[in-house]
Amino acid sequence: MTPDEKKPILTLRNIRKSYGPIEVLHGIDLEIYPGEVVALLGENGAGKSTVSNVISGTVLPSSGEMTWQDASYAPANPREAIDAGVGMIHQELLLLPHLSIAENIFVGRYPVKNGRIDRREMEQRAGQGLQRLGLDISPRRKVDGLATASQQLIEIAKALTLNARMLIFDEPTAALGGEETRQLFEQIHRLKAEGVGMIYISHRLEEIKQIADRIMVMRDGEKVHQFDTADLPIRTIVEAMVGRPMDQMFPPLARPDNDAVLEVNSLSSPSGQFHDISFTVRKGEIFGIAGLVGAGRTELVRAIAGADPVSTGTITLNGENITPKSPREAIDNGVVLVPEDRKLQGVILDHSISENIAYSNFESVGNAGWVSSGKVRTFSDGNIIKFGVKGRSNQNTGEMSGGNQQKVVIAKWLARNPRVVLLDEPTRGIDVGARSSIYEIIHGLAENGVAVIVVSSDLEEVLGVSNRIMVMAAGRQTGILDHAEANDVSVMELATAFG
Amino acid sequence: MTATQTLRQEKSSLREAFSFSGATGPLIGLLLLCVFLTVMTDSFLSFRNFLNILDQITVLGIMAVGMTLVILIGGIDLSVGSVMALAMMVLGYLNVEAGMPMIIAITGALLVAGLAGAISGFLITEFKVPAFIATLAMMSIARGLANMITDGSQIIGFPAWFNMSAIIRYGGFLTLTVAVMLAVFVIAILFQRYRAGGRMLYAIGGNPEVARLAGINVKRTTILVYTSCALLSGLAGILLAARLDSVQPSSGVAYELDAIAAVVIGGTSLSGGTGGIGGTIIGVLIIGVLRNGLNLLNVSPFLQAVIIGLVIVLAVAAETFKHRKS
Repeated sequence: MTPDEKKPILTLRNIRKSYGPIEVLHGIDLEIYPGEVVALLGENGAGKSTVSNVISGTVLPSSGEMTWQDASYAPANPREAIDAGVGMIHQELLLLPHLSIAENIFVGRYPVKNGRIDRREMEQRAGQGLQRLGLDISPRRKVDGLATASQQLIEIAKALTLNARMLIFDEPTAALGGEETRQLFEQIHRLKAEGVGMIYISHRLEEIKQIADRIMVMRDGEKVHQFDTADLPIRTIVEAMVGRPMDQMFPPLARPDNDAVLEVNSLSSPSGQFHDISFTVRKGEIFGIAGLVGAGRTELVRAIAGADPVSTGTITLNGENITPKSPREAIDNGVVLVPEDRKLQGVILDHSISENIAYSNFESVGNAGWVSSGKVRTFSDGNIIKFGVKGRSNQNTGEMSGGNQQKVVIAKWLARNPRVVLLDEPTRGIDVGARSSIYEIIHGLAENGVAVIVVSSDLEEVLGVSNRIMVMAAGRQTGILDHAEANDVSVMELATAFG
Repeated sequence: MTATQTLRQEKSSLREAFSFSGATGPLIGLLLLCVFLTVMTDSFLSFRNFLNILDQITVLGIMAVGMTLVILIGGIDLSVGSVMALAMMVLGYLNVEAGMPMIIAITGALLVAGLAGAISGFLITEFKVPAFIATLAMMSIARGLANMITDGSQIIGFPAWFNMSAIIRYGGFLTLTVAVMLAVFVIAILFQRYRAGGRMLYAIGGNPEVARLAGINVKRTTILVYTSCALLSGLAGILLAARLDSVQPSSGVAYELDAIAAVVIGGTSLSGGTGGIGGTIIGVLIIGVLRNGLNLLNVSPFLQAVIIGLVIVLAVAAETFKHRKS
């Protein structure tokens, strides 16, 4: 299956795209061969999405040519691209939760017999699509309640029933854990064997090695590197992405004191999402929590932050019982949460940076409940500078990149000088450059004596920043590892241990 | 450098104090409407007519303030008209039928109204009943209770000073009822713009989960908002009773729609999180001026309804258009 034996199914020649006078794509060339996975890498704003949008018909190029299966190809809209056989799997899943899997797969193009929807045909064909992906679910099942990985596979099944010869994956694993990612990769290998060409966009570089055949790196709308193998040190890829040699990705390890700050004693959730969890975090320590998606990590930190209820067990801060009943109680005790879903739980997208920061700091921006707009501005400007947010205080958070949004979420809490900071997936969907500055902030917190808990599905990240790592599986803690004894093997062993 | 910065900051906070929370579009519309009516009629532009308009918008104005708070947190209150009628009937019953002093009757009317709002808020937060449904139910319940008090008939016979408070223009221009409305406006603007409690409403409307995780007590705030909205409806009912010198259980039918219209014309988004009292006041004025002007122009009430409908569509479409452009 070497490229020379085959003709490319898709070729891009000198594709340019301008918005007004500003050119955002500067002459991109790209070939995709059947049965190969090309990883498209770059920081946010490098032009990866524009390229995939041009191919999937969402954006019209300003100039340049595309060939699809030896014919000229210029999709005017996504419909034409889909009809030609180009499917796109979006990062945000576009499924209708209250409809069945089959209905979701065929929405907008239901098979019709005698003027009525032919449910049998629809379910049968959906079933075939699911089987092809090795997914053992009834097509009549509602999408609501399915695991994210399964939902992702349904999106893929949808593209496959359209006879897609090429798929574009935009951050497919952003919401998946290790096991689910493995499942997805199995299916991608299966599709490769069937000759489907794929473009794979991801920020998780360690995945690229496993799944990609070639790598194209973009920076500022230009193709800057092309590697004909994915078997490269991650460092090489990162350096190509950021365009400069990287110092160490992670800051040096935090140096904790011996005094315990936060103690969690046999904590359980009423719905059984986590059970009998006990651990201690010391002053200035970064405590990692690893595990597969669904292991109960998010629920655990949400409970510590008072966002979810606790059934039994206690949380003590400096020896004092502070088991919170509401986020307010936790916040008043200096325990704050940077939540998993930035856009739904962290910031209000159509409100400004200063408003978002003010919502958690009403005491600091006013006097006896009277909010002064001048104080709000000075306060948020101060924090914008302190945390290196690239934005103005009156700018809507929705206009900013994920990394900057995350900095706003962090800034709004750190302005309160918390004693315990819980970060749930702090760098999900954030590009490499912004990532290292978030690690810097986390490290800075620990240096200042804050007890930090980091939950992450990114193994490299937990291993890189944590002094100790607690591993969870199916709602229970399966072990706590010291930095020295923790590596991907020992963590994964515990994460998949059930017992 | 620092000097210009301070200057700019002062300028912008000055601008903020006079801004109508992004309701410049409706403000321009209001001014154009006034110019048009001044040219088209002899009687529109007069101090006397201006006072008339203020008298005519008292009930709508006060209700719309409460509705703005509810809509800001992403809710809706369909019960304001019925709650107003209930408060009026309680007022009439306590004062006229039971012969209690007015101060007790007013307190009783406000208590009953506030209770109705608290119940709606409780249903919405504790039983997760959608606001539309909870307040729809309250609309029916309050209307029924209002009718039950007198079996559907009206109550007359308030003390003479009560009606006079809506007629006598103190200082040559302010009736007591208009003064109450203006006071409500000022307090509401100060609350919404400068109190932490007011800013929290935007957070809840923007995204209740973000607000909750930010330490805002979303449930309590929501119940308080529905209670305040109902209290303001009760207050509007008391002022209406003073103006009419009577109370009847059929008062305030479809007033909730006028109140929602005023809020929406004023630029507050029905999905919550944006807008404000300043815009709502302009919305109320637009409806008031339009009704007054169309009456002066002898436009039939039926055509008036059509025109007001068109204004609502125009206002919202203009706002959406502006958003898309920016």
